[in-house]
Amino acid sequence: MKKLIALIICLTLCLGTVAALAAEPAAKVKIGFIFLHDENSTYDLNFINGAKEACAKFGIEPILKTNIDESEACYEAAADLADSGCNIVFADSFGHEDYLIQAAKEYPNVQFCHATGTKAHTEGLSNYHNAFASIYQGRYLGGISAGMKLNQLIADGKITAEQAKLGYIGAYTYAEVISGYTSFFLGARSVCPTATMEVTFTGSWYDPALEQEGAVKLIGNNCVVISEHADSMGAPSECEKAGIPFVFYNGSAESACPTTYIVASRINWEPYFEFIINAVANGEEIPADWTGTIATESVLLTDVNEKAAAPGTAEAIEAAKAKLESGEVKVFDTATFTVNGETLTSYMADVNTDPAYEKDTEAISDGYFHESEYRSAPYFDLQIDGITLLDTKF
Amino acid sequence: MRNETKREPLIHITRRGMLPWYRAWAIRGGAIALALLVCALITTLVTHQDPLAVFASIFEASFSTQRRTWILFQNIAMLLSVSLAVIPAFRMRFWNLGAEGQMLVGGLATAACMICLRDIFPNWLVIVCMVITSIAAGAVWGVIPALFKAKWDTNETLFTLMMNYVAIQLVSFFIIVWEVPKGAGKIGIINQSTEIGWLPTIGGQKYLLNIIIVAVLTVIMYIYLRYAKHGYEISVVGESERTARYVGIQVDKVIIRTMLFSGALCGLTGLLLVGGTDHTLTTTITGGRGFTAVMVAWLAKFNPIWMIGTSFLLVFLERGAGQISTSFGLNQSFSDILTGIILFFIIGCEFFINYRIAFRHPGKNGGKAHV
Repeated sequence: MKKLIALIICLTLCLGTVAALAAEPAAKVKIGFIFLHDENSTYDLNFINGAKEACAKFGIEPILKTNIDESEACYEAAADLADSGCNIVFADSFGHEDYLIQAAKEYPNVQFCHATGTKAHTEGLSNYHNAFASIYQGRYLGGISAGMKLNQLIADGKITAEQAKLGYIGAYTYAEVISGYTSFFLGARSVCPTATMEVTFTGSWYDPALEQEGAVKLIGNNCVVISEHADSMGAPSECEKAGIPFVFYNGSAESACPTTYIVASRINWEPYFEFIINAVANGEEIPADWTGTIATESVLLTDVNEKAAAPGTAEAIEAAKAKLESGEVKVFDTATFTVNGETLTSYMADVNTDPAYEKDTEAISDGYFHESEYRSAPYFDLQIDGITLLDTKF
Repeated sequence: MRNETKREPLIHITRRGMLPWYRAWAIRGGAIALALLVCALITTLVTHQDPLAVFASIFEASFSTQRRTWILFQNIAMLLSVSLAVIPAFRMRFWNLGAEGQMLVGGLATAACMICLRDIFPNWLVIVCMVITSIAAGAVWGVIPALFKAKWDTNETLFTLMMNYVAIQLVSFFIIVWEVPKGAGKIGIINQSTEIGWLPTIGGQKYLLNIIIVAVLTVIMYIYLRYAKHGYEISVVGESERTARYVGIQVDKVIIRTMLFSGALCGLTGLLLVGGTDHTLTTTITGGRGFTAVMVAWLAKFNPIWMIGTSFLLVFLERGAGQISTSFGLNQSFSDILTGIILFFIIGCEFFINYRIAFRHPGKNGGKAHV
């Protein structure tokens, strides 16, 4: 018995040493994170979880700064992280970008990485990088589950085919949101051809009350399945109360909304965090733009909630996912949508950010819109037929 | 009135005369010590963290690096600047809760100059325009409620408060007008590459100019309130409007003049925030300082010099709160609880400075007292 214990101890020690040696390059990496809110925001929680998981893999301790406003406070936080020895600083909110660039100019030896930003490819800084994921693919799959639900409601005689109306709560009329709701809609229409959609905007990325009001408005307009691009539980809890099925974003809402939550798409940030930690550990360069895909597991769908979903939803999602991965199906295939009744063959997108919103890059070729290929952040901002915007003041 | 015998209440609260300063400060010191003790207890019980380590990280937040100390002083300067702006009105018992809005319109005017004039005027002229328009905008925002108060005796507390929301909506509107990229709902750093309209830095320290301006303002405000005729008039109006009228002070004129001044200073604070440090415009750029200023002013009994201390205390605690949540992985709400406890004790101790508490003496009158 004693020998056995001794053997186990020896083995553990050996393994420990090996593990420590393997993790050696990462040990010199110190990474700091800047979050707009704290874990009460589903958006930030998704980043916080990814950060913790990635760092746990390398055995490094991240520094997390929460509730950092999109102001001078962001620059101060970034500079403070650099002062405390971080060689990677990551910020999660769109409005953090300019302040991170400001810090990047001041600390050329620290890598500054930013989610959802648009300026890295034109800024010309070797230590400032943007990242995003092709979440439009995830939303497309979420759209399929919504379309299946519409079909089920039609088959059950609860609505007619003409009443198959989706609702969507967006934050701003910003390309990232437009790209999101359009891909969701195209996914739904790929299984339910009569689907239409109404979109309302809140003018805020995180406002539980406004998101809830948006849901009330859409339900009042007879939308029968709802989805959203905003960061709180405001809309889902309203849908649960009203018994309206919905497709979520950022993470599961199954525990809070067991009867109406169908599925959620989310960006998994762990692969990116692993990528940048590895890059810095090995002295490799981080590209100005990095776009995760379904194939890199950066875009994930949660398990389908069978209580709310139409039968066969999980299988339909799997089938469509395989086609997206193989490239057989393109989300923004120009044959699947029209703008003002016409099929597009050319579209200049605003890829390089400037105050004049200059349209600078041809985005349609080979029969589809090339989303997230010329920079990581989405730039699809077409208003396609079948979608009605209820308000566009934001 | 019937003269009856009643049981003496267990606790007697009586107003004290002026306490000698050292006893007042002993009570305040005791309150802070007690507050820290309660904080330590709660920290240990709720989070199982070492309370001393928590206190240490509060200090680290402000003093462990040079940058953190600069940020501390910058934040003190900004909070103090708004607090200075509100006290002339407060001394007059004109409850200006609109500092937030007055700052915002000042910031809005600044941003407007930076964006609309950048291609037309040279840098120095843009800055001159920023200074003039921001101060004017703040003054106008402040004087509107004052005019209504003077002419129709409207309630200034509600009026100034409502003006905040008008200012927020105005700013939201212009953010959408100036947003980059389209639909993003944010302006970002204005003129990041050209730095047009950025207030100059002194000796390479970006916060130094703000700090110096506010330091000068503090001295001016002290002299203005204490030694100038205006300051005296404000005090008299605050004590009693009737007395003021009796001695020939035109109360309406004093109210309007003071709110013009108050609003102008708030507008200036907006200028320092937008042109001096943040170089952007958001609806949250003021960070609630317009309301925190009320606490700074009350805690310091409307004395500009003491306000340096009270704004230091509040900013120090706020910086510490952020650091606690980072160092210990605690939610920011927990550090807000600690701040709340400390403020509760500090505000509460003023009660013990103003009132004496006596317990019933069992021996005397057999516990009975004539009432």
